[in-house]
Amino acid sequence: MSTRPLSPPSPLRARSRMAWRRIRRNPVSFAALSVIALIALAAILAPLIAPYGPDEPDAAAALGAPSWHHWIGTDMYGRDLFSRIIFAARIDLSVAFVATACALAIGALAGAAVGYRGGWVDDIAMRGVDSIMAFPAFVLAMGITAALGNSTVNVAIAIAITQVPSYLRLIRGEMLRVREMEYADAARTVGNPAWRIVLIHLLPNCLPPLIVQSTLAMGFALLTMASLSFIGLGIQPPQSEWGVMTAEGAQQIVTGEWWLFLFPGLAVMITVLSFNLIGDGVRDLLDPRMRGIR
Amino acid sequence: MTRLLTISDLSVAFDSDTGTVKAVDHINLDIRRREVMGLVGESGSGKSVTALAILRLIRRPGRITSGTIRFDGVDLATLSEDEMRHVRGARIAMVSQTPRTALNPVIPVGRQIARLFMLHGGLSRKDAETRTLEMLSMVRIPDPARRAQQYAHQLSGGMCQRVMIAMALATSPELLLADEPTTGLDASIAVRILDLLREMGEKTGAAILFITHDLGVVAEICDRVTVMHAGQVVESAPVRTIFHAPAHPYTRALIRSIPRLDREVAMEPIPGSVPSLVTPPPGCRYIDRCRFAIEPCGLSRPPLNAIAPDHLLACYGYDRAPA
Amino acid sequence: MQLRQIIFLPATDMIVPLLEVRNLRMHFPLGGLTALLSQLRGGTQPLVRAVENVSFDVAAGETLALVGESGCGKSTVARCLVRLLDPTAGSIRYDGNELATLDGAGFAPFRRQIQMVFQDPTASLNPRLTARRMIEEPIMLHTELSSRARRERVDELLDQVDLGRDLGNRYAHELSGGQRQRVNIARAIATNPRFVVLDEPTSALDVSLRSRAILLLEKLRSRLGLSYLFISHDLATVRYLANRVAVMYLGAIVETGTTDEVFARPLHPYTRALLASVPVPDPDLKRDKFTLSGEIPSPIDMDAGCRLRGRCPLAQAVCAQPVALREVAPGRAVACHLV
Repeated sequence: MSTRPLSPPSPLRARSRMAWRRIRRNPVSFAALSVIALIALAAILAPLIAPYGPDEPDAAAALGAPSWHHWIGTDMYGRDLFSRIIFAARIDLSVAFVATACALAIGALAGAAVGYRGGWVDDIAMRGVDSIMAFPAFVLAMGITAALGNSTVNVAIAIAITQVPSYLRLIRGEMLRVREMEYADAARTVGNPAWRIVLIHLLPNCLPPLIVQSTLAMGFALLTMASLSFIGLGIQPPQSEWGVMTAEGAQQIVTGEWWLFLFPGLAVMITVLSFNLIGDGVRDLLDPRMRGIR
Repeated sequence: MTRLLTISDLSVAFDSDTGTVKAVDHINLDIRRREVMGLVGESGSGKSVTALAILRLIRRPGRITSGTIRFDGVDLATLSEDEMRHVRGARIAMVSQTPRTALNPVIPVGRQIARLFMLHGGLSRKDAETRTLEMLSMVRIPDPARRAQQYAHQLSGGMCQRVMIAMALATSPELLLADEPTTGLDASIAVRILDLLREMGEKTGAAILFITHDLGVVAEICDRVTVMHAGQVVESAPVRTIFHAPAHPYTRALIRSIPRLDREVAMEPIPGSVPSLVTPPPGCRYIDRCRFAIEPCGLSRPPLNAIAPDHLLACYGYDRAPA
Repeated sequence: MQLRQIIFLPATDMIVPLLEVRNLRMHFPLGGLTALLSQLRGGTQPLVRAVENVSFDVAAGETLALVGESGCGKSTVARCLVRLLDPTAGSIRYDGNELATLDGAGFAPFRRQIQMVFQDPTASLNPRLTARRMIEEPIMLHTELSSRARRERVDELLDQVDLGRDLGNRYAHELSGGQRQRVNIARAIATNPRFVVLDEPTSALDVSLRSRAILLLEKLRSRLGLSYLFISHDLATVRYLANRVAVMYLGAIVETGTTDEVFARPLHPYTRALLASVPVPDPDLKRDKFTLSGEIPSPIDMDAGCRLRGRCPLAQAVCAQPVALREVAPGRAVACHLV
């Protein structure tokens, strides 16, 4: 019996108004979400909004500083940097998203199964997770990419592998808590088989911490990707990808073409920062209990 | 002055996404020295919120929207936070529902009590430890020296509650707020905690505000009773009057709704349910559940009037000719 | 609507009980370092004897109450009946079928007939599912009804438990305590069970709301022909709902009989103390001041004599001997040396 008074639920319109109010309440998350949305939109509409193609060399305009024709300059082949950055967003965002989503799916399902089952299965799984997590994530990604070969798909695989253990451990921990709840007992008494109890009743209640974790992880995935290409692993030139572009730009700094290094780097930084800031806001939005209570 | 605590026209509201919850609506309540006053109502009636308001512990999104609380003649709203903190520790104490969670799990219980003596009483550690053992014996904890060394999780629920009572009484407060202290305890343990509370009140001279939804417990221990419904005070009278001659329709319905062990009496649920506190009825909030409702009940809140010496009633529909 | 003391008509032909429990035992082995050490020293593994040789019957259409305080094992008995726990030993016969030896798959078909209403209405409802969805689930699992038929059935159930149909779309935290408990009840009767275990169904409710819940449970029992095992520590509620009662203390039954008999003339000292601890809503009536000293002891490795011995004000030397449940009159049994 809590002291907090009960408020009635609201019809759909009031509910969306409430959601909007809640999004606005966290201005930082809201801003970050907007930035990501903007970048994603630009990536999708790239052919329509980019002034040039991603691979249009123009020897005459090579290494041009930011100007009216090329808003943030051109590279050593005369390709427009602005267009390249927008097209690169496609690869960066999609690989980060796909890798994170796959890791999430695998890690969550495995963690749920292991956490519910307990016993020796749990022990073995946890030791496996410990072993993988003993490697620094980036070093692991490097190793996997080197072993599999340099390609976009392999980079995605490498990133996914580095993320699976932490999701597994997180969901397993939540599962240990949630399987003791009385509604788990109720689900069993009513006649649910174990797989339904885990998937339909328990797993959705384990997700909230995962959501924050995954937005952070998206940022990290992006950073890993870009870093790998920066050091020459994974995605290779002439693919337009922010890390590749930053690497190319780094070579030009000594000759003074600062824009080639700065803008791709900024793109990575802003995107990763936005992912990091979204986390809490998204979690609040998805929790039905947050409705009506501040 | 026999009036220890006087609440006048107190209102408390909470802001939420769905609107403002008017949890307490212009209530009046007074507690005399050395008495046990019961504050009775269903969940959501505003009784716990009232206790928090007395201690000035209403924080955002809650706020006090009207009224004053005078303790020993002093308006508590005029005190600074430091002065209020002193009142909270030394003059008004609180015992609440889940004693184990109110105790610090990583400090032995004896030390938690001793700290109070050192902080508020200015005693040395040695004196504080002696007083702690005295308090533990006073609340009838067997083997106090050993128990003082133990942690909260090593004590049973009943024993934790005794420790809480010891902590509350350590500073010899004038007023003890007990918020559902026996809910969740087994009946045989609860009954001994009630006996203890009453005995402690008599021994230390503290007045007790006993908050509960259980009328059986009220009959055991209280001298006077105030009944609340949906944030409003509906009746206040000595305990015998409340049980044998209740005036307000809600009080009567409440008494009729209790399952009883002692007699072959019919049990009747209270009709309807507690109204929404976000959009409550403008006048008396019991109107939708009341058989005697008349027109004025919907227009304005009935004032709390004395219908007999020491018997206050807030009701338009119940007409009682003076005796 | 009012409820006076319920009058039960004795079943004329069928006296075969619906549920027969014999010598039910539930022991939990203790883990941990101290347990390991005591085993290494050559002792046996320490056990928590949560339920020790419990036997009772429940006839069709009857309500048997199992009363006692926390730690007496009544909730453990409940969980054994619905197979949330596998009993250590003993027999549970339901409608002639032996349940205790069945494995999970063997028990599954019985889940349609044996259901449970849980104690904490908040914790037993999934916070992420609507009321309607939770009530529908047992129907979905045990019948082949179409989605429209299921929806109609859920509507019917909501009506039966006096919940407005629109409340079905709410989540648990949007409902009051009393409403949550009614969702719990609706879920339990969704598959038309014959036997429902009520695990402290009113303990989490305000005293003033208990009457409504009790009336509802009784209405459902008579209308749907249910049998109840009613687990409670609230004796006043038991008086209204149960026609027979069994009192438990530390894992064993200490007294049985009809509710009227046991409450009017308690034989066992523990029953007497339990009755004496119920607060009476009348300031003029004084309670019977029969109290037990001390606290409920730990159920780990107790000695063989009467379990109440350390606390009972009437204890004698003979109480150190083991004591069994003895029938002292038809339908009336007690486990006490002094009776």
